[in-house]
Amino acid sequence: MVKYLLLIATLALTACQQKPESSLYQRLGAETGVENIVDSLLSGIEQDPSIVHHFSDTDIPRFRRLLIEQFCELSGGPCKYSGVSMQESHTGFQITQAHFDALVNHLIAAMQQQKVAIEAQNEFLALLAPMYKDVVYR
Amino acid sequence: MKIMISALCLVLACGNLMAESSKVIATGGATSIEGNSGGGIVPWATINGYSSSDEWSVNTFAARVGVKSFTLNSYGLGASFNNQWELSFARQDFSLDTIGGALRQDILGLKYKIAGELLYTTIPQISLGVQLKKNRDFALPSAVGAGDDSGYEFYVAATKVFFDAIAGRNLLLNATVRSTDAHQTGLLGFGGQGSEHQWMLETSAVLLLNYNLAIGTEFKQKPNQLSFADEQHWRDLFAAWFINKNASVVLGYVDLGDIAGLTEQTGFYLSVEGTW
Repeated sequence: MVKYLLLIATLALTACQQKPESSLYQRLGAETGVENIVDSLLSGIEQDPSIVHHFSDTDIPRFRRLLIEQFCELSGGPCKYSGVSMQESHTGFQITQAHFDALVNHLIAAMQQQKVAIEAQNEFLALLAPMYKDVVYR
Repeated sequence: MKIMISALCLVLACGNLMAESSKVIATGGATSIEGNSGGGIVPWATINGYSSSDEWSVNTFAARVGVKSFTLNSYGLGASFNNQWELSFARQDFSLDTIGGALRQDILGLKYKIAGELLYTTIPQISLGVQLKKNRDFALPSAVGAGDDSGYEFYVAATKVFFDAIAGRNLLLNATVRSTDAHQTGLLGFGGQGSEHQWMLETSAVLLLNYNLAIGTEFKQKPNQLSFADEQHWRDLFAAWFINKNASVVLGYVDLGDIAGLTEQTGFYLSVEGTW
């Protein structure tokens, strides 16, 4: 019995190894995918009167580049985020939970638009959700 | 009834003008048969509707539970503010299809979020709730031994969404403890000889298949303090469809155990909710 279980376990493990799961970065669409998600997110923000005022003094091309870097690095891509910490970049902006929720909605819409698989979306959201404490009410 | 409809029209009119809905879809939960945000039979720590910080929202629901010998119709409305306060009112009409007659009760609920955020914090979202229940028919409950036609319940609920938990899907887990002396959730009255408030555990597990569809199961422990007939814990399985931030539908299968001596009360559950 134990022998069979071991055999099945070995087979299962080998099967998994033979099909290496591509990185989250790949599943977000790699370079083009991440860029498209960020552009779509920026366009969502631009059209949202509830949060767009937070970006009135933002250098948008720089913000776009940093966001791409951050999404790329977070998802395991070949990038290095060169910006300041989340806490530092959001302190003093009086960002509320409603603002954060609005941004999450825009990100989800952007990923849906890019046809990112639901599994990859959730994996990415899992990485971003803990940033709440560094962003909101700082 | 007329007052309820006028109140509903009023809140709906206001809702169109001012209510906001920043929260992510499905994070307001469904509405339980007691009128609070939750699953079908368990209140969660979630706050109903989609109002986030400094926003408010209103909701209304209608639910029907059809088991072998009984039919429960429940409907009501609620209002939420700041993703922190939830006020709800529900009216339940429990038809005794086999025995004849009906048992009716009203439930006024208040919920307050004390800690955590469903999606964003390591700790679960935690809320405190209180419910006041009042029987509108007390002849039968009194005859079978209930001491009071009204009762109150306190509960503490902890709810959290785990991203990417099972097959890449998000999983919501909930645990609620409720202090109650209600018989069959209050439909058969409260208290009476030898009855006291007891802490009961209620749990829910829900798998979010995508942003709009979820499947879940719930367990609701109940006291068994009325000597005339045993009552059992409740269980359900359900599928929820969050059509958009204004409408959702829940369809389920319920097992209510024995009720008033009539055994194996299983059947369906259907609930529709509107939020603004």
